[in-house]
Amino acid sequence: MSALATLTRASLSKDLRLEWRSKDAINSMLFFALLVVVIFSFSFDPTAEESRRIAGGLVWVAFLFAAVVALNQTWARELRNQVLDAYRVSPAPANALFLAKALGNFIFVIVLEAFMTPLFIVFYNLRALGAAYQLLIVSALGTWALVVNGTFFAAMSLRTRSREIMLPLLLFPISIPALLATVEGTTAILTGDYSPKFWIVLLAAYNVVFTTACLLLFDKVLNAE
Amino acid sequence: MLRRAFPILGVLTAALLSYGLYEALIGAPIEQSMGEVQRIFYYHAPSAWTAFLLFTVNFVASVVYLIRRSIKADILALVTAEVGVVFCTVVLVTGPLWARPVWGIWWTWDIRLTSTLVLWLIYVSYLMLRRFSSSGQTPLMAAVLAVFGALDVPLVYFSIWFFRTQHPQPVIGGGGSIDPKMLQVALINWAAFLCFAGLVCWSRYRLELLQREVEETEALEALLDSGGAP
Repeated sequence: MSALATLTRASLSKDLRLEWRSKDAINSMLFFALLVVVIFSFSFDPTAEESRRIAGGLVWVAFLFAAVVALNQTWARELRNQVLDAYRVSPAPANALFLAKALGNFIFVIVLEAFMTPLFIVFYNLRALGAAYQLLIVSALGTWALVVNGTFFAAMSLRTRSREIMLPLLLFPISIPALLATVEGTTAILTGDYSPKFWIVLLAAYNVVFTTACLLLFDKVLNAE
Repeated sequence: MLRRAFPILGVLTAALLSYGLYEALIGAPIEQSMGEVQRIFYYHAPSAWTAFLLFTVNFVASVVYLIRRSIKADILALVTAEVGVVFCTVVLVTGPLWARPVWGIWWTWDIRLTSTLVLWLIYVSYLMLRRFSSSGQTPLMAAVLAVFGALDVPLVYFSIWFFRTQHPQPVIGGGGSIDPKMLQVALINWAAFLCFAGLVCWSRYRLELLQREVEETEALEALLDSGGAP
């Protein structure tokens, strides 16, 4: 196995083990998303037909806000005890660290979605009229689109004042096409009115473009001094 | 030499701007269906062209910074983003002012409107990053964000293009020919705006350069003082 894969796996399994023992990120995300769901369902109280049309937007806004909670904690752990400085001077490729962090966040957000989706179905009486398996594709691509840039911008905002608020300010404008594609793709599948194919292709293109950009530029961001 | 040229260029730009305003308000013919309201076009379109040009310069300067780490490229990226956001704001304000009487609505999720709005959001977040970032790493972070923003533009465009085709839209006076006099007035205004933007960028550039020199000197002095103290 190449050095990149070995190091990525080591770093990822360390993050997963830490998370498994503390459950900080997943608990805060879950509770936050639950609050958003409850507040939304108070404020809208839609019928089944309406909820099919707006649920795509509600679900993804809730996931987006919750994901920011986890993304903000991504690098905080590494700042204590100068872990990032140690990483900088080590010969390990920077991208191994980035990939591990992004994959870790991806897993956290996917777990969150797996827990929250049944709740949404209960609260909004949802039933997909289109091909439901396509929801899996849209969720996977949409989640990766959020976390790959989110992990990158979280590393960038480490070096700013009030970094907790800086992350959404950087992430949301860039994520608009991804968010639009995810929401519209989900709505297309839920209502069954039109094909989500274009949105899946757009999400795939977005992921290819920004994953490449992140991998090319992460080294510079990590070593910025 | 450049310092002496500045006031002369300033006067020329002011003259060109006044001429452009006169032509836009009085010189240009009245549009048949929209009437006087259409005259805002002479400010709207040239501002948009200027803003897009400035954002392009910002992208190029950011890439140059990432490759060469030149401070001048960084300052150029900063000033073009600042002035670009101002022109983009003019576009976003004049657009609804025109749309309300002509389309009957302030805003619609039309492709050009929405892409411009997203572009504006990206560049505001760029300026926020520069403001909040600690000084040493600001140029690099900003340049990286500018590259991400530029990569985002085609994706924004395609997503909204497809989004729009599914939603009913008010018809824009698409196609059709433009009176040559109208085009001429728009181009005069564009030239005036470009001169104005160039002048503002230039003075902002010099200001930023001086400011960084001052900060550097102060930091050096502070270092020497602390080193000399017992």
